[in-house]
Amino acid sequence: MRCSGLLMPTGKEDAMNNFREFTKGFIKENPVFVLLLGMCPTLGTTTSAINGLGMGLATTFVLVASNVVISLIKNVIPDKVRIPAFVVVIASFVTIVDLLMAAYFNTPGPNGEPSLYDNLGIFIPLIVVNCIVLGRAEAFASKNNVFRSFLDGLGIGLGFAFALMILGTVRELLGSYSFFGFQLIKADGILVFVLAPGAFIALGFIIALINNLRKTK
Amino acid sequence: MEYIIIIISTVFVNNIVLAQFLGICPFLGVSNKIATSTGMAAAVLFVMTLATIVTWLVYTFLLVPFGIGFLQTICYILVIAALVQMVEIIMKKISPALYQALGVYLPLITTNCTILGVAILVIQKDYDLIRSVVFAVGNAIGFGFTLLLFAGIREQLELVGIPRGMRGVPIALIVAGLMALAFMGFSGIV
Repeated sequence: MRCSGLLMPTGKEDAMNNFREFTKGFIKENPVFVLLLGMCPTLGTTTSAINGLGMGLATTFVLVASNVVISLIKNVIPDKVRIPAFVVVIASFVTIVDLLMAAYFNTPGPNGEPSLYDNLGIFIPLIVVNCIVLGRAEAFASKNNVFRSFLDGLGIGLGFAFALMILGTVRELLGSYSFFGFQLIKADGILVFVLAPGAFIALGFIIALINNLRKTK
Repeated sequence: MEYIIIIISTVFVNNIVLAQFLGICPFLGVSNKIATSTGMAAAVLFVMTLATIVTWLVYTFLLVPFGIGFLQTICYILVIAALVQMVEIIMKKISPALYQALGVYLPLITTNCTILGVAILVIQKDYDLIRSVVFAVGNAIGFGFTLLLFAGIREQLELVGIPRGMRGVPIALIVAGLMALAFMGFSGIV
């Protein structure tokens, strides 16, 4: 699996306390800004801050649940078929999220805006091929106990949600001059930032900024 | 005529990478050289067509009759993973030359979201088998086409002085953004 190699534990893992296990996903090992994983949903769903946050939280749920289950059954799975076994566990939770969101986040907005479920669309079933999820299962949950796997999943998941929310906020601010749906300036925004090209350009500049900050530190 | 419209729409108007954001990982990952991009594009064309046919058949003749359409995601990912593995084994046996050319890209493709994405999209769009195949081929051509264009630009970028923080992925993303802007010019032709 191509992405899992990037996520090998650092070796100092044992000395790390649980709190650092949880916080590493936000800045130091942020899956989007630093490790550059899970790019498809990052670019595809961040037309607004709320969509980004919704996608991030859906992924967090899958990540936490699959990390816990895989950590529980890690001694039962034969080593040779572990990747298919992990994929089945992940796919089950993705199906659960898909059905839950279809049931509870599927009401259109007051002015006929598409619902969160419609906005995220195909990217919900595609959580199953998100390399962050399989990467954490392979690199962390299959080697650590349940509690640490839970913290790891929660930390990385919230870091992913945080990154998506930042990108969504930037695109929404520039693209429609609003913040979480609240109109700040009564004018048409720079439309390109809501459309496809804006996603690439905004993410490119954010990563460049973070690269610069990391190098000067 | 309808098939030509599907092809044009998937290659140019709704390009799978630049408009639908599927397959960004290989798009950024293997686009450093034109040679590797060609291999990846060929492997995607092959697997995507095959996977779409198989998953369409599985959905129509297995999941729908038994009323278990909600198992689509689990079923598809397993079918695709098994299919890729099988193709790899058969190709190694029958055509070592082809295996040599495409072999290294095959395992990467299992986690490539374009394959699963297209397989799910043809069901969402309610296409029949022939339309599904045309749709898959069109998307694969669109993917290969953008990948090759992008690789060409990135080879040139190696020779350009770029500010330190922008090197690598950031500048690649901005180039992709400009390409997406150019592809937006195609919108409205179908």
